[in-house]
Formats: sequence, structure tokens, C-alpha cells
Amino acid sequence: MIVRLATAFLMLLSVTAGQAAMAPNEMLDDPALEARARALSAELRCMVCQNQSIDDSDAELARDLRVLVRERIVAGDSDEAVMDYVVSRYGEFVLLRPTFTARNALLWATPVLLLGIGGAVLVMSARRRRTAGAALSDAEARKLDAILKRSD
Amino acid sequence: MIVEIGHFALVLAFALSLVLSIVPIVGARIGDQRLMAVAEPASFAILGLIALSFAALTVAYVQSDFSVANVWENSHSLKPMLYKITGVWGNHEGSMLLWILILAAFGGLVALFGSNLPATLRANVLAVQGMIAAAFLLFVLASSNPFARISPPPIEGRDLNPILQDIGLAIHPPLLYLGYVGFSICFSFAVAALIEGRIDAAWARWVRPWTLAAWAALTGGIAMGSYWAYYELGWGGWWFWDPVENASFLPWLSGTALLHSAIVMEKRSALKIWTVLLAILTFSLSLLGTFLVRSGVLTSVHAFATDPTRGVFILMILIVFIGGSLALFAFRASTLTSGGLFQPISREGGLVLNNLFLTTAAATVLIGTLWPLLVEAVTGEKVSVGAPFFNMTFGPLIVPLLLAVPFGPLLAWKRGDLYAASQRLFVAFALALLIGLVTLFMIDRISVVAAFGVAVAFWLVFGALTDLALKAGIGKASPSVMFRRFVGLPRSVFGTALAHAGLGLTTLGIVAVSTLEVERIAVMQPGDTLDVAGYELRFDGLVPFDGPNFTEEQGRFTYSDRSGRERGEVVSSKRFYPARQMPTTEAGITSHGFSQLYVALGDRAPDGGIVVRAWWKPQVLFIWIGCIFMMVGGGVSLLDRRLRVGAPAAKRSKPARAVEVAT
Repeated sequence: MIVRLATAFLMLLSVTAGQAAMAPNEMLDDPALEARARALSAELRCMVCQNQSIDDSDAELARDLRVLVRERIVAGDSDEAVMDYVVSRYGEFVLLRPTFTARNALLWATPVLLLGIGGAVLVMSARRRRTAGAALSDAEARKLDAILKRSD
Repeated sequence: MIVEIGHFALVLAFALSLVLSIVPIVGARIGDQRLMAVAEPASFAILGLIALSFAALTVAYVQSDFSVANVWENSHSLKPMLYKITGVWGNHEGSMLLWILILAAFGGLVALFGSNLPATLRANVLAVQGMIAAAFLLFVLASSNPFARISPPPIEGRDLNPILQDIGLAIHPPLLYLGYVGFSICFSFAVAALIEGRIDAAWARWVRPWTLAAWAALTGGIAMGSYWAYYELGWGGWWFWDPVENASFLPWLSGTALLHSAIVMEKRSALKIWTVLLAILTFSLSLLGTFLVRSGVLTSVHAFATDPTRGVFILMILIVFIGGSLALFAFRASTLTSGGLFQPISREGGLVLNNLFLTTAAATVLIGTLWPLLVEAVTGEKVSVGAPFFNMTFGPLIVPLLLAVPFGPLLAWKRGDLYAASQRLFVAFALALLIGLVTLFMIDRISVVAAFGVAVAFWLVFGALTDLALKAGIGKASPSVMFRRFVGLPRSVFGTALAHAGLGLTTLGIVAVSTLEVERIAVMQPGDTLDVAGYELRFDGLVPFDGPNFTEEQGRFTYSDRSGRERGEVVSSKRFYPARQMPTTEAGITSHGFSQLYVALGDRAPDGGIVVRAWWKPQVLFIWIGCIFMMVGGGVSLLDRRLRVGAPAAKRSKPARAVEVAT
């Protein structure tokens, strides 16, 4: 509870200050490296904020993380290596895009499953309606035969 | 005294809503006209009492009566009058009171215009409204009383959260609640139909205007909230996939699906069960949104309240209403017969496809929003689901739908001809493709994906225009005949075209600003200049300024275009509200056509300069202009004489210029 309150309070501070976070002195000189850092920053959560990436937040912790990401990039890490390093230090909570792991399977599968199941149900019901309209059941066919014979 | 009257009125309204939730249903069951007739006067009386209660709280705010705890916590004697009034709903208790006021207003509207409804249906609908009102009135009275007094009364209030001291607070919550709560009518109609076990096309004709009205208000509310966040939060984002935003987006998605499935039900008597289920789900998502926001279960940008007792209370309401209505649905849905058959390629088929994609999109947003809560509840671990997830899943789901939109209105009911529809859309397709290609080759640093997005946006706009042109009889009639046919088109045809074109405009804004935005960050001293997408921004210096309840430092900028000609001034400031000891930033924004130059001030640099962040936001205004189109489309559709509330006898006078329109 205390932790949650503290988080809420911190978040309030960081949000009400309300401004984009990047300071010019953090930026890398190489535009290509900087672009990579920005892209990675947008995927990383500011741990003391609600639903803000470190790219958007001006909280102290977000700044530390931005600097950390840039240090790793300058040190020659690949994007994956940087993310792995950050996750190893801060846990999966830091990832704004959840991992493709078994635990998150339901999350990632929901759109595909629903679209698939919904589509299948629609196709099946359409097919059933068509056959129901066209073909006669055996009993109906016999009945029809009987009627036709009687009218002969 | 006034405050106590307001409190008492609220208690009376609660007692009356209990009567309303029981007596008319019993009357409808045993066929007693007198018991059923209780519904209307009770609905009016509840509306009157809640309005009185709301007025009492407003008076307390206007008079800065700090003996009322709610006023003390959220107001200040120096606050401008507009914010004193909007502050009434700028807090948990007051916003719940607004929620209930709007609920009662919708109940009153049904009672007022419901004279042509079957008596039992009307009684049941109003009774279900009464149940919702009773639940939320009890919630307010038991856990969120806005009228609680404090003694001794403080001299000065603690002021409203500065972020909320904005014209946005006057518009955004009321519109949003009109949408949220408006869907309660669809819910009540659905539950009433299930109670009666009977449903027909007249039911759909009744539900559609309410759905349209709620949907249009919700569209406006979300758009206004988005624009508010864009200019107020100071980093120029317009949608954050924040849980609170998702909470308002979910009923919008399912409400949009409901809007379309109700058309099928009204015109063709098909999809009855599905429409009823959607009506229940849409309001359930509204309730879920209210729960997520009000309980503080997701502490987020918007969360004012963090109190578990409230959360548990709303959760109970949620379980009773969602669980109850779904159980009723499970028991009674089989009694509803399904009607008209149709081929997969038909207007109905198109609307079913729309529903499939919209509900899948809604489910995706829902599970993404709730996933962190679920994982934490089950495993105790904390995970995040943020913008990257939603962009990755929602985007691919929505693009096929956008591509399909122009075909829908061109397909015939029952059995459509996709090939013929494609032929008619050829001009729209060719134009959209041309614009996409021109964008790709004319604008450097644009990606193929962005050009595709622009083409999709224009495809939607031209598709909507094609529909109008074809229905006016282009190429088949003389211009004067065409004009007469165009003017005589049903309002709902214009509504559809406006809303679909609006969707295209919003898409255009989103694509342009996400792919072509230019951002510049620099430390600036007075006299320094910064190049932003061809505009030269000159920093003239910081000027102190005193507002009514804040002080601010205004950063003044002048900007000139490529030719060096001065175009105007931008003032971007950092405010400080002493009552709450809170700083805010007020971004400086100027519009050029539909694009905007957005300037925000950051921290002071050690050398005396100030961090300046400037963005060029190309075509950004289209995001909200498109939403206005959708909203107006909903409103125009509402004016369709077929849907006019209280005017079912459309055959009374046949219009002199009877125009046959192939719909």
C-alpha cells in the first residue's frame, strides 16, 4: 500500500511537471546512434511514472535510464543487447511491449484467435444457411416425392 | 442550508429510484396499468431532485463555501469563475454526481419521448434505468458524499489541480459522460427486451437514435480529451494508449459496432441476438471504464481517486449489472428469433465484417489494458503493456477495416455485387493511389508505409464522396435532377458519408503527424534561433507574468518562414500554482493551415539559457477535424426523419417531391 501511494505520489510529481524530457546535453553526437537510442527509449517504461516511456518522462530515474541506454549503445551493444541489459537490471516491468513468452501467450494470441474464431463462425453459419436453403433432407425428399406422385 | 437541501434531494432521489426499479416491472409482469404508469413521473422526479442536488453543489462552489469538504479540497477563492463551475466535476465526488445527473436526464428523455413505445417496454426500460440510478446513488451517498461538511471551516481552499484548470474540463467530461451514460439507454432497452422475451425492428428503430446520440457525444468527448492532453501535457502527444484513454475508447469501439449492427437489425431484422449482446457489452465497457478510472486501480494521469472501498463498491455494481444482464441474456436470448437471411457479399455481410473487426479490436485493447492487472493478480509479477503493444496489434486490425469501409454503403442488401461495387469505386481508388504515389515521390524522407497510409486516408474520403455522387445519380441524370436528388437524399446517407470521410481525415492526420513530425531540442539564450522544418524560431526572452491564481514565466518567440519574413509570435510559458505548489507548462502553439508549430519550455540550463523543445506537427489538426466530421455525421444521421424520436408515423404526409433512392 505504502509503495503504491509512494508511486502515485511520484507519478503525480512527474506528470504535473508535464514536459518532454530529453535534454540537449543527453543527446549523442552521431545521429544514427541517437536515432537508435530514441527508438529504444520509446519502448522502455519510466518506472516511477504511469504509462510513460523514458523518452516522454522527465523523472530523474527516466533520465538515468536514457543515459544508460546511450552508454550501452556507445559501448557498441546491439539493440537486443541493450534491452537485455536493461531488463536484467530492472525486470520485465520496464518493457512497454511485453515479451513473446509463454506467459504472455494469451495476450498476443487474443487478436488472432478472436479474428480466426469469429471468421470461422461467420463462414460456417453462411455455409449452413446456404445448404439449409438449397438441399432437402432425406425425409423432405421422400415427402416431396410422395406429393409429386399423388398429383400425377 | 442549500448544501443540506442538495444532500437531502440526493437521498430522496435514491428512495425514488428504488421505487422506480421495482414497481413498473411488477406492473408490466402482472399487466397493471397503474403500476406501470409510476415509471414516468418517478423518472421526472428523480431528474428534478438530482438536478437540484447538482445545483446546490454548484452554488457551494460559486460561493467558495469552504465548510464543504469537497469545495475546500478542490477550489480556491481566487480561481476564475469558469473553473469554479467546472471544478464541480473536476473531482471524484462531483464527477460521479455529474454521471448520475446525465443518467437521470437520459431517463427523463425516454419518459418524455416514450409515449409511442409499447407500455410494457417503456415501463421496463425506465425501471432498468432506475436500477442503474439506484446503484450509483447509493455509491455516492455511501462512499463519495460531495456534501460532507468540515468544522471549523478553513479560510482558503486548496485549489483545483492546475492541469484541470482549463477550458477542456468544461467540455471533455460532460461530453464523455453523455457518451458513456447514453449507452445505458441501449443497455436498458436490451435488458427490457430480454425481460419481455420479444424484440422486433421497431425496437431497433428505437435504440438507434440513442446509440447515435451517445456515440456522437463519446466521439466528441474522446477527441476533446485528446486535444486537451495534446496542448496541456506539453509533449505534443495526442494519444498515449493510457489505460484511462483505453477505458473511453473501448465503449467507442463496441458502440461503433453496435451502431452498425443496429442498422442491419432495423432494416433486415437480422443479427437480433448479436445486437442485444453488443448493447449489453457496450454499456458494460462504459461501467468498466468508470470502474477503472474511479477506483484508482490504475493510478494514471487521470486518476484522482485512490480509495479501495470505492473500488470494491463499483466492482460490486459492475458484477451485478454485467453478470446479471449476461445471465439474463444466456437464459432468454434463445427466445429471440433471428430474421432475414443474406449472402456473405451484401450490405449485411459488410456490416458483419465491420463488427468482427471492431469487436476484435475492442477485445485486443481490453486485454492489453487489463493484462498488467491480471498478471499481477495471478503471478504477483509486474509487467507493462504500453503504446508499442497497442500500435503493433491495433494497427494491423484496423487497416483491413479501413480498406473495406468504402465498399459497405455501395453493396446492396441481401445479395451484393462486389465486382460492380469495385467498378464504381474505381475513380476513388485511382485518385487515392495517385495521391499516395505523389506523396511518395514529392516528399523526401517519407516511407512507403506512410504513403500507403495517406492513400488509405484519401481512399476513405473519396469513397464517401463516391457514395454520395452515386446516390445522387451521377452520370445517369442531368445536373439539375442530380442536384434535386442530392438534396433529397435521406439524412442518414449524409451522416454515413460525413462519418466515413471523417475517419479518412483522422487517418490522414495520424499518418502525417506520426511519420513527418519534426522535433528540435536546444538550449537557447535570448536572441538565439532554431530551425524547425524550415521555420526560424527566435527566442526573444523570458517575461514574468502574474495570473489570477498563478505566476508564470513567459518565453516569447518570434518565427519567420524560409524567405525570412516574420510570421508571428509564440508565447510558451512555465506556470507555478502556489496553492498546490505545482508547476505546469503551457505550450505555445500556432496553426498554419492544418499544421502546427508547437513550442514547449524545459528546464533552465546551468549557463542561464533555457531548454526549448519545438515540434513541427504537419496536418495534425486533421486528427480532430475528422472526429468533428464523425460527430456531425452522427448528428445529421440523428435528424433522419426515419429516426426522429416521437415521429414513427412517417407516412402521415407523403413528401411532394418523393424521391426514390436506391439504398
